[in-house]
Amino acid sequence: MSQQLLTICYLIGSVTFIIGLKMLSNPASARKGNMLAGVGMTIAILGTIFLYKDVETGEHLHNYGWIFGGLLIGGIVGTLSAKKVKMTAMPEMVSLFNGMGGACAALISIVEFNHLSKEMISNPNPMFIPHEQPTVLIIVLGLIIGSVSFAGSMIAWGKLNGKVKDFSFPGQNIVNLIVLAASLGLAVYLIMNPLQHLMLYVILALSLVYGVFFVFPIGGADMPVVISLLNSFTGVAAACGGFLYDNKVMLTGGILVGAAGTLLTILMCKAMNRSLKNVLIGSFGGAAKAAGGAAGEQGHYKEISLSDTAMIMSYSKKVMIVPGYGLAVAQAQHICHELEELLADKGVEVKYAIHPVAGRMPGHMNVLLAEADVSYDNLLEMEQANEEFGTTDVVLILGANDVVNPAAKSDPASPIYGMPILDVELAKNIVVNKRSMKPGYAGIENDLFFRPKTSMLFGDAKKVLQELCAEIKNA
Amino acid sequence: MNQILSFITTNQQIIYIVVLMIFVGIEVIGRVPSVLHTPLMSGANAIHGVVIIGAIIVMGKAEGDNYLALILGFLAVVLGMINVMGGFVVTDRMLEMFKKK
Repeated sequence: MSQQLLTICYLIGSVTFIIGLKMLSNPASARKGNMLAGVGMTIAILGTIFLYKDVETGEHLHNYGWIFGGLLIGGIVGTLSAKKVKMTAMPEMVSLFNGMGGACAALISIVEFNHLSKEMISNPNPMFIPHEQPTVLIIVLGLIIGSVSFAGSMIAWGKLNGKVKDFSFPGQNIVNLIVLAASLGLAVYLIMNPLQHLMLYVILALSLVYGVFFVFPIGGADMPVVISLLNSFTGVAAACGGFLYDNKVMLTGGILVGAAGTLLTILMCKAMNRSLKNVLIGSFGGAAKAAGGAAGEQGHYKEISLSDTAMIMSYSKKVMIVPGYGLAVAQAQHICHELEELLADKGVEVKYAIHPVAGRMPGHMNVLLAEADVSYDNLLEMEQANEEFGTTDVVLILGANDVVNPAAKSDPASPIYGMPILDVELAKNIVVNKRSMKPGYAGIENDLFFRPKTSMLFGDAKKVLQELCAEIKNA
Repeated sequence: MNQILSFITTNQQIIYIVVLMIFVGIEVIGRVPSVLHTPLMSGANAIHGVVIIGAIIVMGKAEGDNYLALILGFLAVVLGMINVMGGFVVTDRMLEMFKKK
Protein backbone atom coordinates (compact mmCIF):
# COMPACT_ATOMS: atom_id res chain seq x y z
CA MET A 1 0.00 0.00 0.00
CA SER A 2 2.69 2.47 1.01
CA GLN A 3 4.55 1.76 -2.23
CA GLN A 4 1.52 2.70 -4.32
CA LEU A 5 1.08 5.86 -2.30
CA LEU A 6 4.72 6.78 -2.84
CA THR A 7 4.35 6.22 -6.57
CA ILE A 8 1.44 8.66 -6.55
CA CYS A 9 3.47 11.20 -4.54
CA TYR A 10 6.24 11.00 -7.12
CA LEU A 11 3.75 11.27 -9.98
CA ILE A 12 2.30 14.43 -8.43
CA GLY A 13 5.85 15.76 -7.96
CA SER A 14 6.82 15.16 -11.59
CA VAL A 15 3.63 16.72 -12.96
CA THR A 16 3.92 19.82 -10.76
CA PHE A 17 7.52 20.29 -11.92
CA ILE A 18 6.46 20.29 -15.57
CA ILE A 19 3.44 22.55 -15.05
CA GLY A 20 5.42 24.76 -12.67
CA LEU A 21 8.17 25.27 -15.21
CA LYS A 22 5.58 26.00 -17.88
CA MET A 23 3.93 28.62 -15.66
CA LEU A 24 7.32 30.10 -14.79
CA SER A 25 7.84 31.07 -18.40
CA ASN A 26 4.85 33.43 -18.40
CA PRO A 27 4.94 36.66 -16.34
CA ALA A 28 1.30 36.39 -15.25
CA SER A 29 1.53 32.88 -13.83
CA ALA A 30 5.21 32.69 -12.87
CA ARG A 31 4.78 33.13 -9.14
CA LYS A 32 2.05 30.51 -8.89
CA GLY A 33 4.17 28.16 -10.96
CA ASN A 34 7.04 28.47 -8.53
CA MET A 35 4.72 27.75 -5.60
CA LEU A 36 3.17 24.79 -7.40
CA ALA A 37 6.60 23.24 -7.98
CA GLY A 38 7.39 23.90 -4.32
CA VAL A 39 4.25 22.05 -3.21
CA GLY A 40 5.14 19.13 -5.47
CA MET A 41 8.64 19.06 -4.01
CA THR A 42 7.25 18.99 -0.46
CA ILE A 43 4.95 16.08 -1.31
CA ALA A 44 7.82 14.15 -2.89
CA ILE A 45 10.12 14.78 0.08
CA LEU A 46 7.53 13.84 2.73
CA GLY A 47 6.52 10.79 0.72
CA THR A 48 10.12 9.63 0.56
CA ILE A 49 10.67 10.06 4.28
CA PHE A 50 7.57 8.16 5.43
CA LEU A 51 6.76 5.74 2.61
CA TYR A 52 10.07 4.71 1.03
CA LYS A 53 11.00 1.04 1.34
CA ASP A 54 14.35 -0.45 0.40
CA VAL A 55 13.88 -2.72 -2.64
CA GLU A 56 16.24 -5.40 -1.31
CA THR A 57 15.40 -5.49 2.39
CA GLY A 58 11.86 -4.13 2.34
CA GLU A 59 12.72 -1.89 5.30
CA HIS A 60 11.52 1.64 5.85
CA LEU A 61 14.08 4.37 6.25
CA HIS A 62 15.53 5.02 9.68
CA ASN A 63 17.78 7.73 11.20
CA TYR A 64 14.79 10.08 11.31
CA GLY A 65 16.60 12.33 13.78
CA TRP A 66 19.41 12.90 11.32
CA ILE A 67 17.03 13.40 8.40
CA PHE A 68 14.82 15.94 10.13
CA GLY A 69 17.83 17.64 11.70
CA GLY A 70 19.39 18.04 8.25
CA LEU A 71 16.15 19.26 6.70
CA LEU A 72 15.69 21.77 9.51
CA ILE A 73 19.21 23.17 9.31
CA GLY A 74 19.20 23.29 5.52
CA GLY A 75 15.73 24.79 5.46
CA ILE A 76 16.60 27.54 7.91
CA VAL A 77 19.93 28.39 6.27
CA GLY A 78 18.36 28.37 2.80
CA THR A 79 15.36 30.47 3.74
CA LEU A 80 17.30 33.03 5.72
CA SER A 81 19.99 33.54 3.10
CA ALA A 82 17.35 33.77 0.36
CA LYS A 83 15.35 36.32 2.38
CA LYS A 84 18.31 38.43 3.40
CA VAL A 85 20.15 38.68 0.10
CA LYS A 86 19.96 42.04 -1.65
CA MET A 87 18.30 42.16 -5.04
CA THR A 88 21.63 43.05 -6.64
CA ALA A 89 23.21 39.90 -5.26
CA MET A 90 20.50 37.53 -6.56
CA PRO A 91 22.64 36.07 -9.34
CA GLU A 92 25.42 34.96 -7.03
CA MET A 93 22.87 33.54 -4.61
CA VAL A 94 21.42 31.36 -7.37
CA SER A 95 24.95 30.22 -8.18
CA LEU A 96 25.59 29.33 -4.55
CA PHE A 97 22.36 27.31 -4.27
CA ASN A 98 23.21 25.55 -7.50
CA GLY A 99 26.59 24.59 -6.06
CA MET A 100 24.88 23.11 -3.01
CA GLY A 101 22.76 20.88 -5.27
CA GLY A 102 25.85 19.75 -7.17
CA ALA A 103 27.68 18.95 -3.95
CA CYS A 104 24.65 17.01 -2.73
CA ALA A 105 24.71 14.86 -5.88
CA ALA A 106 28.45 14.23 -5.53
CA LEU A 107 28.09 13.21 -1.86
CA ILE A 108 25.32 10.75 -2.73
CA SER A 109 27.65 9.16 -5.31
CA ILE A 110 30.48 8.82 -2.79
CA VAL A 111 28.31 7.11 -0.17
CA GLU A 112 26.63 4.80 -2.68
CA PHE A 113 29.95 3.82 -4.20
CA ASN A 114 31.38 2.94 -0.81
CA HIS A 115 28.34 0.85 -0.09
CA LEU A 116 28.56 -0.89 -3.45
CA SER A 117 32.28 -1.51 -3.25
CA LYS A 118 31.87 -3.26 0.12
CA GLU A 119 29.26 -5.52 -1.42
CA MET A 120 31.48 -6.23 -4.40
CA ILE A 121 34.33 -7.29 -2.16
CA SER A 122 32.18 -9.54 0.01
CA ASN A 123 29.92 -11.07 -2.66
CA PRO A 124 31.40 -14.37 -3.89
CA ASN A 125 29.25 -14.57 -7.04
CA PRO A 126 31.56 -13.93 -10.04
CA MET A 127 28.64 -12.48 -12.01
CA PHE A 128 27.98 -9.83 -9.35
CA ILE A 129 30.63 -7.33 -10.49
CA PRO A 130 29.75 -7.34 -14.23
CA HIS A 131 26.11 -7.02 -13.23
CA GLU A 132 26.85 -3.91 -11.16
CA GLN A 133 29.01 -2.17 -13.75
CA PRO A 134 26.18 0.00 -15.14
CA THR A 135 25.49 1.13 -11.58
CA VAL A 136 29.13 2.14 -11.21
CA LEU A 137 28.82 4.09 -14.44
CA ILE A 138 25.82 6.03 -13.12
CA ILE A 139 27.50 6.68 -9.77
CA VAL A 140 30.70 7.98 -11.36
CA LEU A 141 28.75 10.11 -13.83
CA GLY A 142 26.79 11.68 -10.96
CA LEU A 143 30.04 12.31 -9.11
CA ILE A 144 31.79 14.00 -12.04
CA ILE A 145 28.87 16.19 -13.09
CA GLY A 146 27.93 17.07 -9.53
CA SER A 147 31.43 18.07 -8.49
CA VAL A 148 32.13 20.07 -11.68
CA SER A 149 28.88 21.91 -11.03
CA PHE A 150 29.80 22.50 -7.39
CA ALA A 151 33.32 23.78 -8.03
CA GLY A 152 32.24 25.85 -11.03
CA SER A 153 29.36 27.43 -9.14
CA MET A 154 31.62 28.39 -6.26
CA ILE A 155 33.99 30.16 -8.64
CA ALA A 156 31.08 31.85 -10.43
CA TRP A 157 29.77 32.98 -7.04
CA GLY A 158 33.19 34.35 -6.10
CA LYS A 159 33.50 36.17 -9.41
CA LEU A 160 30.11 37.82 -9.14
CA ASN A 161 30.76 39.17 -5.67
CA GLY A 162 34.24 40.26 -6.65
CA LYS A 163 36.18 37.83 -4.45
CA VAL A 164 37.67 35.92 -7.38
CA LYS A 165 39.41 37.71 -10.23
CA ASP A 166 39.53 36.51 -13.83
CA PHE A 167 42.47 34.20 -14.23
CA SER A 168 43.83 32.52 -17.32
CA PHE A 169 47.16 31.32 -18.60
CA PRO A 170 48.35 30.48 -22.09
CA GLY A 171 47.10 27.11 -23.24
CA GLN A 172 44.51 26.92 -20.52
CA ASN A 173 41.95 25.41 -22.86
CA ILE A 174 44.35 22.56 -23.57
CA VAL A 175 45.07 22.02 -19.88
CA ASN A 176 41.33 22.00 -19.21
CA LEU A 177 40.79 19.41 -21.90
CA ILE A 178 43.57 17.24 -20.46
CA VAL A 179 42.09 17.43 -16.95
CA LEU A 180 38.65 16.54 -18.29
CA ALA A 181 40.03 13.71 -20.43
CA ALA A 182 42.00 12.36 -17.46
CA SER A 183 38.98 12.27 -15.21
CA LEU A 184 36.83 10.64 -17.90
CA GLY A 185 39.61 8.14 -18.66
CA LEU A 186 39.94 7.22 -15.00
CA ALA A 187 36.17 6.92 -14.83
CA VAL A 188 36.24 4.34 -17.63
CA TYR A 189 39.07 2.54 -15.83
CA LEU A 190 37.08 2.47 -12.61
CA ILE A 191 34.02 1.08 -14.39
CA MET A 192 36.18 -1.68 -15.88
CA ASN A 193 37.89 -2.36 -12.54
CA PRO A 194 35.33 -1.40 -9.90
CA LEU A 195 37.42 -2.87 -7.09
CA GLN A 196 39.96 -0.04 -7.37
CA HIS A 197 37.77 2.02 -5.11
CA LEU A 198 40.36 4.69 -4.22
CA MET A 199 40.26 5.79 -7.85
CA LEU A 200 36.92 7.42 -7.05
CA TYR A 201 38.65 10.08 -4.98
CA VAL A 202 41.15 10.81 -7.73
CA ILE A 203 38.23 11.30 -10.11
CA LEU A 204 36.56 13.55 -7.54
CA ALA A 205 39.69 15.70 -7.21
CA LEU A 206 40.16 15.97 -10.98
CA SER A 207 36.51 16.93 -11.48
CA LEU A 208 36.75 19.66 -8.85
CA VAL A 209 39.90 21.00 -10.52
CA TYR A 210 38.16 20.92 -13.88
CA GLY A 211 35.18 22.81 -12.49
CA VAL A 212 37.48 25.54 -11.17
CA PHE A 213 39.54 25.82 -14.36
CA PHE A 214 36.44 25.72 -16.53
CA VAL A 215 34.97 28.88 -15.00
CA PHE A 216 38.18 30.75 -14.12
CA PRO A 217 38.98 32.29 -17.53
CA ILE A 218 35.39 33.25 -18.38
CA GLY A 219 34.69 36.96 -17.92
CA GLY A 220 32.41 38.10 -15.12
CA ALA A 221 29.95 39.54 -17.64
CA ASP A 222 29.33 36.04 -18.97
CA MET A 223 28.68 34.51 -15.55
CA PRO A 224 24.88 34.33 -16.02
CA VAL A 225 25.38 32.07 -19.01
CA VAL A 226 27.82 29.92 -17.03
CA ILE A 227 25.48 29.68 -14.05
CA SER A 228 22.65 28.66 -16.32
CA LEU A 229 24.85 25.98 -17.87
CA LEU A 230 26.00 24.68 -14.48
CA ASN A 231 22.36 24.72 -13.45
CA SER A 232 21.54 22.25 -16.20
CA PHE A 233 24.59 20.17 -15.17
CA THR A 234 23.19 19.82 -11.67
CA GLY A 235 19.89 18.77 -13.24
CA VAL A 236 21.67 15.93 -15.05
CA ALA A 237 23.50 14.98 -11.84
CA ALA A 238 20.13 14.75 -10.07
CA ALA A 239 18.85 12.58 -12.91
CA CYS A 240 21.80 10.21 -12.32
CA GLY A 241 20.44 9.78 -8.81
CA GLY A 242 17.09 8.97 -10.40
CA PHE A 243 18.74 6.21 -12.44
CA LEU A 244 20.53 4.89 -9.39
CA TYR A 245 17.44 4.54 -7.21
CA ASP A 246 15.05 3.93 -10.09
CA ASN A 247 13.32 7.04 -8.77
CA LYS A 248 11.02 8.65 -11.31
CA VAL A 249 10.63 12.05 -9.69
CA MET A 250 14.40 12.59 -9.49
CA LEU A 251 14.72 11.41 -13.05
CA THR A 252 11.98 13.61 -14.50
CA GLY A 253 12.92 16.66 -12.40
CA GLY A 254 16.61 16.30 -13.23
CA ILE A 255 16.22 15.73 -16.97
CA LEU A 256 13.59 18.47 -17.19
CA VAL A 257 15.99 21.00 -15.66
CA GLY A 258 18.88 19.62 -17.69
CA ALA A 259 17.00 20.16 -20.96
CA ALA A 260 15.30 23.42 -20.05
CA GLY A 261 18.54 24.77 -18.56
CA THR A 262 20.48 23.98 -21.72
CA LEU A 263 17.89 25.73 -23.88
CA LEU A 264 17.84 28.69 -21.50
CA THR A 265 21.62 28.92 -21.73
CA ILE A 266 21.39 29.04 -25.51
CA LEU A 267 18.62 31.66 -25.35
CA MET A 268 20.80 33.83 -23.09
CA CYS A 269 23.69 33.55 -25.52
CA LYS A 270 21.34 34.52 -28.35
CA ALA A 271 20.27 37.63 -26.44
CA MET A 272 23.94 38.67 -26.54
CA ASN A 273 24.26 37.51 -30.13
CA ARG A 274 27.05 35.13 -29.27
CA SER A 275 27.44 31.39 -29.45
CA LEU A 276 27.88 29.22 -26.41
CA LYS A 277 31.26 28.10 -27.72
CA ASN A 278 32.33 31.71 -27.99
CA VAL A 279 31.32 32.37 -24.38
CA LEU A 280 33.06 29.28 -23.03
CA ILE A 281 36.38 29.42 -24.84
CA GLY A 282 36.31 32.92 -26.31
CA SER A 283 38.59 34.23 -23.51
CA PHE A 284 36.76 37.52 -23.40
CA GLY A 285 39.33 39.09 -21.07
CA GLY A 286 42.39 38.66 -23.30
CA ALA A 287 40.87 40.17 -26.43
CA ALA A 288 39.41 43.04 -24.45
CA LYS A 289 42.78 44.15 -23.14
CA ALA A 290 44.16 44.45 -26.66
CA ALA A 291 41.21 46.52 -27.83
CA GLY A 292 41.38 48.70 -24.72
CA GLY A 293 45.03 49.51 -25.33
CA ALA A 294 44.45 50.54 -28.92
CA ALA A 295 41.70 52.93 -27.95
CA GLY A 296 43.79 54.69 -25.34
CA GLU A 297 43.74 58.16 -26.84
CA GLN A 298 40.18 59.07 -27.27
CA GLY A 299 39.97 62.83 -27.37
CA HIS A 300 37.68 64.83 -25.18
CA TYR A 301 34.45 64.24 -23.47
CA LYS A 302 32.27 66.98 -22.11
CA GLU A 303 30.70 67.18 -18.70
CA ILE A 304 27.28 68.53 -17.86
CA SER A 305 26.14 70.04 -14.57
CA LEU A 306 23.23 68.76 -12.51
CA SER A 307 21.15 71.87 -13.05
CA ASP A 308 21.62 71.73 -16.81
CA THR A 309 20.61 68.09 -16.82
CA ALA A 310 17.53 68.88 -14.73
CA MET A 311 16.73 71.72 -17.14
CA ILE A 312 16.94 69.78 -20.39
CA MET A 313 15.02 66.88 -18.91
CA SER A 314 12.20 69.06 -17.55
CA TYR A 315 11.69 70.72 -20.91
CA SER A 316 11.78 67.59 -23.03
CA LYS A 317 8.81 65.81 -24.47
CA LYS A 318 10.24 62.36 -24.09
CA VAL A 319 12.98 61.01 -21.83
CA MET A 320 14.33 57.49 -22.08
CA ILE A 321 16.20 56.01 -19.13
CA VAL A 322 18.75 53.28 -19.84
CA PRO A 323 19.50 51.45 -16.59
CA GLY A 324 22.61 49.35 -16.12
CA TYR A 325 24.62 47.70 -13.40
CA GLY A 326 25.55 51.12 -11.97
CA LEU A 327 21.91 51.61 -11.02
CA ALA A 328 21.86 48.21 -9.35
CA VAL A 329 25.01 48.66 -7.25
CA ALA A 330 23.90 52.11 -6.15
CA GLN A 331 20.46 50.70 -5.22
CA ALA A 332 19.05 53.67 -7.09
CA GLN A 333 15.89 52.06 -8.45
CA HIS A 334 13.52 53.80 -6.00
CA ILE A 335 14.92 57.28 -6.53
CA CYS A 336 14.90 56.58 -10.24
CA HIS A 337 11.18 55.91 -10.04
CA GLU A 338 10.76 59.18 -8.10
CA LEU A 339 12.54 61.06 -10.87
CA GLU A 340 10.25 59.40 -13.38
CA GLU A 341 7.18 60.58 -11.47
CA LEU A 342 8.49 64.12 -11.06
CA LEU A 343 9.09 64.36 -14.78
CA ALA A 344 5.73 62.78 -15.57
CA ASP A 345 4.06 65.48 -13.43
CA LYS A 346 5.66 68.04 -15.70
CA GLY A 347 4.14 66.32 -18.69
CA VAL A 348 7.31 64.57 -19.81
CA GLU A 349 6.88 61.09 -21.21
CA VAL A 350 9.35 58.82 -19.41
CA LYS A 351 10.18 55.30 -20.53
CA TYR A 352 12.85 52.77 -19.69
CA ALA A 353 14.89 51.04 -22.36
CA ILE A 354 15.90 47.60 -21.11
CA HIS A 355 18.67 45.74 -22.86
CA PRO A 356 18.19 41.99 -22.46
CA VAL A 357 21.55 41.60 -20.73
CA ALA A 358 21.74 44.91 -18.87
CA GLY A 359 23.07 44.38 -15.37
CA ARG A 360 24.55 41.07 -14.45
CA MET A 361 21.74 38.78 -15.53
CA PRO A 362 19.02 38.76 -18.15
CA GLY A 363 15.96 40.36 -16.65
CA HIS A 364 18.02 41.87 -13.82
CA MET A 365 16.82 45.41 -14.55
CA ASN A 366 13.18 44.41 -14.86
CA VAL A 367 13.32 42.80 -11.44
CA LEU A 368 14.98 45.84 -9.87
CA LEU A 369 12.64 48.38 -11.42
CA ALA A 370 9.61 46.26 -10.63
CA GLU A 371 10.78 46.33 -7.01
CA ALA A 372 10.59 50.13 -7.14
CA ASP A 373 7.00 49.96 -8.46
CA VAL A 374 7.87 51.10 -11.95
CA SER A 375 4.90 50.21 -14.13
CA TYR A 376 5.39 47.26 -16.41
CA ASP A 377 4.14 49.23 -19.43
CA ASN A 378 6.97 51.77 -19.16
CA LEU A 379 9.64 49.12 -19.61
CA LEU A 380 10.52 48.82 -23.26
CA GLU A 381 12.39 45.85 -24.65
CA MET A 382 15.33 46.55 -26.90
CA GLU A 383 13.48 46.39 -30.25
CA GLN A 384 10.69 48.70 -29.10
CA ALA A 385 13.17 51.08 -27.50
CA ASN A 386 15.29 51.28 -30.63
CA GLU A 387 12.19 52.35 -32.57
CA GLU A 388 11.49 55.13 -30.10
CA PHE A 389 14.97 56.62 -29.69
CA GLY A 390 14.44 58.64 -32.86
CA THR A 391 11.69 60.66 -31.20
CA THR A 392 13.44 60.93 -27.83
CA ASP A 393 14.83 64.24 -26.57
CA VAL A 394 17.03 63.04 -23.74
CA VAL A 395 18.48 59.63 -23.06
CA LEU A 396 19.70 59.24 -19.48
CA ILE A 397 22.14 56.35 -19.17
CA LEU A 398 22.50 55.18 -15.58
CA GLY A 399 25.58 53.07 -15.15
CA ALA A 400 25.16 51.12 -18.37
CA ASN A 401 28.13 50.83 -20.68
CA ASP A 402 28.64 47.80 -22.90
CA VAL A 403 24.96 47.62 -23.92
CA VAL A 404 25.20 51.08 -25.50
CA ASN A 405 28.69 50.75 -26.96
CA PRO A 406 28.62 51.56 -30.69
CA ALA A 407 31.74 49.41 -31.16
CA ALA A 408 29.39 46.42 -31.11
CA LYS A 409 28.14 47.62 -34.48
CA SER A 410 31.14 49.29 -36.06
CA ASP A 411 34.32 47.64 -34.83
CA PRO A 412 34.82 44.02 -35.93
CA ALA A 413 37.87 43.79 -33.65
CA SER A 414 35.83 44.54 -30.56
CA PRO A 415 35.07 41.57 -28.31
CA ILE A 416 31.43 42.60 -28.16
CA TYR A 417 31.16 43.00 -31.94
CA GLY A 418 27.82 41.68 -33.14
CA MET A 419 25.98 42.08 -29.85
CA PRO A 420 22.74 43.99 -30.47
CA ILE A 421 22.85 47.33 -28.64
CA LEU A 422 20.51 50.13 -27.71
CA ASP A 423 20.78 52.78 -30.44
CA VAL A 424 20.87 55.72 -28.06
CA GLU A 425 22.61 57.87 -30.64
CA LEU A 426 19.34 58.31 -32.50
CA ALA A 427 18.15 60.57 -29.68
CA LYS A 428 18.81 64.32 -29.57
CA ASN A 429 20.81 64.40 -26.32
CA ILE A 430 22.58 61.74 -24.36
CA VAL A 431 23.46 62.14 -20.70
CA VAL A 432 25.69 59.44 -19.31
CA ASN A 433 25.88 58.93 -15.56
CA LYS A 434 28.94 56.96 -14.49
CA ARG A 435 31.15 57.01 -11.46
CA SER A 436 34.27 57.60 -13.54
CA MET A 437 35.62 57.12 -17.06
CA LYS A 438 36.58 53.54 -16.21
CA PRO A 439 35.50 51.04 -18.88
CA GLY A 440 32.56 48.71 -18.24
CA TYR A 441 32.45 45.08 -17.35
CA ALA A 442 33.74 43.83 -20.69
CA GLY A 443 36.78 46.03 -20.11
CA ILE A 444 36.54 48.02 -23.33
CA GLU A 445 36.49 51.71 -24.10
CA ASN A 446 33.22 53.21 -25.18
CA ASP A 447 33.28 55.63 -28.10
CA LEU A 448 29.85 56.88 -27.22
CA PHE A 449 31.23 58.98 -24.36
CA PHE A 450 33.32 61.04 -26.78
CA ARG A 451 30.57 61.76 -29.30
CA PRO A 452 29.37 65.35 -29.68
CA LYS A 453 25.79 64.58 -28.56
CA THR A 454 26.99 62.97 -25.35
CA SER A 455 27.54 64.68 -22.01
CA MET A 456 28.94 63.03 -18.92
CA LEU A 457 27.40 63.39 -15.47
CA PHE A 458 29.82 61.82 -13.00
CA GLY A 459 28.84 60.43 -9.62
CA ASP A 460 27.12 57.61 -7.81
CA ALA A 461 23.79 56.91 -9.49
CA LYS A 462 21.74 57.24 -6.32
CA LYS A 463 23.32 60.51 -5.22
CA VAL A 464 23.09 62.02 -8.68
CA LEU A 465 19.43 61.06 -9.02
CA GLN A 466 18.61 62.49 -5.58
CA GLU A 467 20.21 65.78 -6.55
CA LEU A 468 18.47 65.74 -9.92
CA CYS A 469 15.12 65.25 -8.19
CA ALA A 470 15.85 68.16 -5.87
CA GLU A 471 16.79 70.38 -8.83
CA ILE A 472 13.65 69.47 -10.72
CA LYS A 473 11.44 70.12 -7.68
CA ASN A 474 12.98 73.57 -7.28
CA ALA A 475 12.82 74.49 -10.92
CA MET B 1 27.89 -5.24 -27.06
CA ASN B 2 25.46 -7.77 -25.61
CA GLN B 3 25.77 -6.08 -22.25
CA ILE B 4 24.84 -2.73 -23.73
CA LEU B 5 21.85 -4.15 -25.56
CA SER B 6 20.55 -5.92 -22.49
CA PHE B 7 21.11 -2.75 -20.46
CA ILE B 8 18.92 -0.82 -22.87
CA THR B 9 16.24 -3.51 -22.85
CA THR B 10 16.06 -3.78 -19.07
CA ASN B 11 16.03 -0.01 -18.64
CA GLN B 12 13.85 0.92 -21.56
CA GLN B 13 11.24 2.57 -19.37
CA ILE B 14 13.82 4.94 -17.94
CA ILE B 15 15.30 5.65 -21.34
CA TYR B 16 11.85 6.53 -22.68
CA ILE B 17 11.36 8.93 -19.77
CA VAL B 18 14.71 10.59 -20.43
CA VAL B 19 14.03 11.12 -24.12
CA LEU B 20 10.49 12.41 -23.58
CA MET B 21 11.57 14.70 -20.72
CA ILE B 22 14.24 16.28 -22.91
CA PHE B 23 11.53 17.28 -25.38
CA VAL B 24 9.16 18.41 -22.64
CA GLY B 25 11.89 20.53 -21.04
CA ILE B 26 12.68 22.26 -24.30
CA GLU B 27 9.04 22.69 -25.30
CA VAL B 28 7.91 24.04 -21.95
CA ILE B 29 10.23 27.03 -21.83
CA GLY B 30 10.56 27.56 -25.57
CA ARG B 31 8.79 30.92 -25.63
CA VAL B 32 10.01 32.57 -22.46
CA PRO B 33 10.48 36.36 -22.68
CA SER B 34 13.98 37.54 -21.77
CA VAL B 35 12.50 39.37 -18.76
CA LEU B 36 11.91 36.03 -17.13
CA HIS B 37 15.28 34.43 -17.86
CA THR B 38 16.64 35.03 -14.38
CA PRO B 39 13.57 33.90 -12.38
CA LEU B 40 13.20 30.89 -14.67
CA MET B 41 16.80 29.88 -14.12
CA SER B 42 16.30 30.30 -10.40
CA GLY B 43 13.09 28.25 -10.48
CA ALA B 44 14.78 25.47 -12.44
CA ASN B 45 17.58 25.64 -9.89
CA ALA B 46 15.07 24.95 -7.13
CA ILE B 47 13.56 22.04 -9.06
CA HIS B 48 16.85 20.20 -9.46
CA GLY B 49 16.97 20.34 -5.68
CA VAL B 50 14.92 17.16 -6.07
CA VAL B 51 18.32 15.52 -5.69
CA ILE B 52 17.60 15.82 -1.96
CA ILE B 53 15.41 12.72 -2.27
CA GLY B 54 18.57 10.75 -3.02
CA ALA B 55 20.21 12.32 0.01
CA ILE B 56 17.28 11.34 2.23
CA ILE B 57 17.45 7.75 0.96
CA VAL B 58 21.20 7.61 1.61
CA MET B 59 20.73 9.02 5.08
CA GLY B 60 17.81 6.77 5.92
CA LYS B 61 19.60 3.60 4.82
CA ALA B 62 22.89 4.31 6.59
CA GLU B 63 23.73 1.79 9.31
CA GLY B 64 24.26 3.26 12.76
CA ASP B 65 27.97 2.36 12.85
CA ASN B 66 28.84 3.60 9.36
CA TYR B 67 30.03 7.06 10.29
CA LEU B 68 31.19 7.99 6.79
CA ALA B 69 27.71 7.33 5.38
CA LEU B 70 26.06 9.10 8.30
CA ILE B 71 28.19 12.22 8.06
CA LEU B 72 28.24 12.51 4.27
CA GLY B 73 24.54 11.66 4.11
CA PHE B 74 23.73 14.31 6.69
CA LEU B 75 25.81 16.86 4.81
CA ALA B 76 24.01 15.92 1.60
CA VAL B 77 20.60 16.41 3.23
CA VAL B 78 21.63 19.84 4.56
CA LEU B 79 23.07 21.01 1.23
CA GLY B 80 20.15 19.60 -0.75
CA MET B 81 17.67 21.34 1.52
CA ILE B 82 19.54 24.66 1.17
CA ASN B 83 19.19 24.23 -2.59
CA VAL B 84 15.46 23.48 -2.36
CA MET B 85 14.37 26.06 0.19
CA GLY B 86 16.76 28.77 -0.92
CA GLY B 87 15.86 28.17 -4.54
CA PHE B 88 12.11 28.45 -4.09
CA VAL B 89 12.27 31.40 -1.70
CA VAL B 90 14.68 33.41 -3.84
CA THR B 91 12.57 32.76 -6.94
CA ASP B 92 9.47 33.86 -5.08
CA ARG B 93 11.20 37.05 -3.98
CA MET B 94 12.16 37.84 -7.56
CA LEU B 95 8.66 37.15 -8.85
CA GLU B 96 6.99 39.04 -6.04
CA MET B 97 8.31 42.16 -7.71
CA PHE B 98 6.60 41.42 -10.98
CA LYS B 99 3.15 41.93 -9.56
CA LYS B 100 0.98 44.23 -11.62
CA LYS B 101 -0.61 47.21 -10.04
